Amino acid sequence: MNIEQKRKIEGFIALAFSSLAAFIGLFWLVFILGDVIIHGIGALNISLFLNDPAPAGVEGGGLRHAFVGQLMITLCATLIGVPVGVLGGTFLAEYAKRTRFAKIISVLSDIIVSVPSIVVGTFIYALLVRPLGHFSGWAGAVALSVIMIPVVLRTTEDMLSMVPWTLREAAFALGAPYYKVIIQVVYRGAATGILTGILLSIARVAGETAPLLFTSFNNNFFSWDMNRPIASLTATIFQYAMGPYESWHRQAWAAAFVITLFILALTILGRLVLKWRYKQ
Amino acid sequence: MEILPKKNPVDFAFSLITAVASLSIILIIIGIFWILIRESSLAINKFGIIHFLTSADWNPVKETFGAAANIYGTCITTALSLLIAVPVAIGIAIFVTEVAPNFLKGPIGMAIELLAAIPSIIYGMWGLFTLAPIMSKYIEPALQNTIGKLPVLEILFRGTPLGIDILTASVILSIMIIPFTASIARDSFNLTPDIVKESAYAVGATQWEVVKNVVLPYSKLGVFGGVVLSLGRALGETMAVAFVLGNNHKIATSFFDAAATITVTLANEFTEAVNDVYLSSLFYLALVLFVMSFITLAIAKLFLIRAEKKYSR
Repeated sequence: MNIEQKRKIEGFIALAFSSLAAFIGLFWLVFILGDVIIHGIGALNISLFLNDPAPAGVEGGGLRHAFVGQLMITLCATLIGVPVGVLGGTFLAEYAKRTRFAKIISVLSDIIVSVPSIVVGTFIYALLVRPLGHFSGWAGAVALSVIMIPVVLRTTEDMLSMVPWTLREAAFALGAPYYKVIIQVVYRGAATGILTGILLSIARVAGETAPLLFTSFNNNFFSWDMNRPIASLTATIFQYAMGPYESWHRQAWAAAFVITLFILALTILGRLVLKWRYKQ
Repeated sequence: MEILPKKNPVDFAFSLITAVASLSIILIIIGIFWILIRESSLAINKFGIIHFLTSADWNPVKETFGAAANIYGTCITTALSLLIAVPVAIGIAIFVTEVAPNFLKGPIGMAIELLAAIPSIIYGMWGLFTLAPIMSKYIEPALQNTIGKLPVLEILFRGTPLGIDILTASVILSIMIIPFTASIARDSFNLTPDIVKESAYAVGATQWEVVKNVVLPYSKLGVFGGVVLSLGRALGETMAVAFVLGNNHKIATSFFDAAATITVTLANEFTEAVNDVYLSSLFYLALVLFVMSFITLAIAKLFLIRAEKKYSR
């Protein structure tokens, strides 16, 4: 065999391995999603959404309390995290453009995006749970918003930077003050991007469990009260999956299916919108 | 500050509001450091730094706590998961940039990123109900009967393969961290200038030779940044590991042993801590983890900044 043939074969083997790697990655994805779908759809029924949980080990019952709790915690986290993130990103991309302050905050923000979420949980526990003496839905919402803020801040900063400077200059030439330029011109231009960033950050925090474990704790009963422990879908999945009852396991799969569907739908929607809007 | 507009009061107010919002990042970082140090001061005073980090004695009854078993568990699951994930991720990146036909590049890239979007508790649950039984029935006995018979490596494969062990946890963790390295590596590969690649093709290199000798060396910084980012993420993973690791505060020698990581210990024991020293030691663990991940993620960001500077020249 001459050298050319050897090189060709070596190349073929190497690229075949890379195809194998891609196949492995896709295999895991299909395996995991397939499992969630198969087990989840089997256990899905309308009583899951309409009923409160039955006593432990008793058949029937639903997860209404967990769905409502999860919605409330995520909504409150969004209400806290999104304004702070968007306004912070605006400062970095507009008033503080090209300053060292903006670069430092940007870098720190990128680092904090991947901080262990359970550390955030312990932080909020010491801050909002121990001084008040009880777990609360608000503590859970604040913990989730701490995770959300860096994500929203970075995506807002990136999207605002993509708006061409000439657009702002046109508004300045008409005599508008900077804040008017930002609110009426730049935000409009980057609206799709910022909204998509917000969607993706919601998708990220909706699936978090660890920060909620010692902030909003969990609640076996239906409750609207954010000042007390409140149920969350993720913490309930944790409790039910680790529990000994078959009915609990089935409900955990169904809840896992619903939350995965929701999060994946948001993620795919967000990324498709980004690709379509910012086609290069 | 010169950058704040002083003439128009509304403008000044808006700029102040946005400035304060952007300071939230600094507040979060300093806040976490300060609170963790304050809460763990009791344990720091009692156990010191060196003793806490090197003692494996985690005894809530005797009220002596040592983090070594937890740190070991964190490090070994992370290391094993990186060992499995990085080759696969780089392979995926090579596939998406070189081998895949153009119409497949987008969908496959999106599919790999979906792996990152799946909530970690789903990974944990799937691992407990599906992967652990498969590991304990087929894969782990197979490993024990093949590599487990070799003289030195035999230590790693001792024990009854129950499926709830370091190996299963590492496999799940590796699936979770593949997307981070894969997408950063793919972006770095795409930033290799076409001119450089085409000159290599022009002197007769095969496709694989271009990847090995041109693309990979050029994008070293970016790929390394992606790997360290995966490392940082793996350090902080809780729910994916909590189901399948067991909770055994011991420095395990076999892949089939249960172990404990810092995150799993925090998740399982935080709300059960009955006395102040216990809770303070858990905060101490959280502080150790925060410092470890902050340093790792900072190193990753440093690599990625250097890579960006180099590619945009």
